[in-house]
Amino acid sequence: MGIKAIQEEIVDEFSMFEDWMQRYEYMIELGKSLPLINEKYKTEDNIIKGCQSKVWVHAELEEDKLVFTADSDAIITKGIIAILIRAFSNQKPQDIIDADTDFIDEIGLKEHLSPTRANGLVSMVKQLKLYAVAYQTQLN
Amino acid sequence: MLDVLKIRNDFPILNREVNGKPLVYLDNAATSQTPQQVIDVIVDYYSRYNANIHRGVHALSQEATDMYEQARLKIQAHFNIEKYNEVIFTSGTTHGINLIANGFSSIIKERDEILVSAMEHHSNIVPWQMLAERTGAVLKVIPMNDEGELLMTEYDQLLSNNTKLVFCNHVSNALGTVNPIAEIIKKAHEVGAAVLVDGAQASPHIKADVQQLDVDFYTVSAHKMCGPTGVGVLYGKEEWLNKLPPYQGGGEMIAEVTFEKTTYADLPHKFEAGTPNICGGIAFGAALDYMNNLGFDEIAAYENELLEYATQKLLQIEGLRIYGTAKEKTSVISFNIKGIHPYDIGTILDKLGIAVRTGHHCAQPIMDFYDIPGTVRASFSFYNTKEEVDKLAEGVERARTMLV
Repeated sequence: MGIKAIQEEIVDEFSMFEDWMQRYEYMIELGKSLPLINEKYKTEDNIIKGCQSKVWVHAELEEDKLVFTADSDAIITKGIIAILIRAFSNQKPQDIIDADTDFIDEIGLKEHLSPTRANGLVSMVKQLKLYAVAYQTQLN
Repeated sequence: MLDVLKIRNDFPILNREVNGKPLVYLDNAATSQTPQQVIDVIVDYYSRYNANIHRGVHALSQEATDMYEQARLKIQAHFNIEKYNEVIFTSGTTHGINLIANGFSSIIKERDEILVSAMEHHSNIVPWQMLAERTGAVLKVIPMNDEGELLMTEYDQLLSNNTKLVFCNHVSNALGTVNPIAEIIKKAHEVGAAVLVDGAQASPHIKADVQQLDVDFYTVSAHKMCGPTGVGVLYGKEEWLNKLPPYQGGGEMIAEVTFEKTTYADLPHKFEAGTPNICGGIAFGAALDYMNNLGFDEIAAYENELLEYATQKLLQIEGLRIYGTAKEKTSVISFNIKGIHPYDIGTILDKLGIAVRTGHHCAQPIMDFYDIPGTVRASFSFYNTKEEVDKLAEGVERARTMLV
């Protein structure tokens, strides 16, 4: 499935929730089910360090697709990165670079969007795209 | 006895909703809310007599100067400062600390020792590290125990004739501990060291008497005590302030300037370069009036009652641990729940309209001491109620069940 289709699926899922409680419970579930990053990748290089919680993201090229794994010490943050990994993992680097990110505005997690927060959604998306740029350069 | 429900009417912000819920504001250690009486002073200033001070010949400038200097007198009285010129207006506590750290660059020598307590926040660590780097002085840490109390016997051992400066907060922002500053100051003076006390967290709860304490420097921020942000005060003993060079150049700190030589103004203007936060200073005076009208003894008694009530309530929650259990505490509760990150609890509480602080509270060494990423910190003010404490406890319990 392409990035756009996955993003639409995520937006649909979130639109089913009636209140913040259900939305957060879902994110917490996503966080808990996120496949853990290999401990050896939880390094300073892979960290998106925020004031509040830590996020580790590792990217690896499998054939021509980029696979992300991640972890966070806070479960809600882990839920957020789980959503992003679902949208962007197992995709070609160029598709990740080209993908728009409007879907994050639509899933009702406005408080996690702030670009000033190092571990907010926007920073995490930026990090995933940076990985894609790096691997695309390598492929070229 | 405080009439809290009546007091709450003075704070318009307490009537607002957050995320569809009535606001429960428990982040008072970060900044306190502002009563209408202080807001009115700010509006009045900009509506009637906004002007630059000290040098204007016109009426507005005279009025603004009078009001600003009256605020200085109020501050002098509040902290029982002996001399009017020992009250230096600053932009806040951090500015006050930096001013002193910078000034001591010319006094501190290589291998002199600077002592700093283990429970400082970054603003009271970094400027001293910078001073040590500039001068070759050695920074040493007064350790603390698990309860969050300074180890005074260790302090005794650290003190020597090499000790030139001691820095300590009066109250810890992350733990609520009230430090034995009178004893710290007395012992430092016995070896000839000067003491700076960061009073930012103490000033909303404790009325410090700088003469009785015999403290060399004491610094506070207005916004922690019902005043506006961007203004604070540094108290310094005149003899010390005269020894220190000016911190910044320009504005009122100048006596005479030629391209060959500049002479500096007398205290307090020597340290007040540029146009100050005039409205902020005046409003700080109004905030002190407001709090003094309520009475600091009454405020402390009520806040202690809230602290005890909240401690009992929160400790009933499974897996909850409070960090900072000193015998002498102000109304701050820093806690975690086993297996849950503080950020997650804070996020859920926010959805319930409850404002707390989460994270390391700019005091990372304390978090390293307890080996935790941070805490949830609920900090209470005299306008908080037991009903709000109940909402906090219910919210934390709800967060726990969601997150475990």
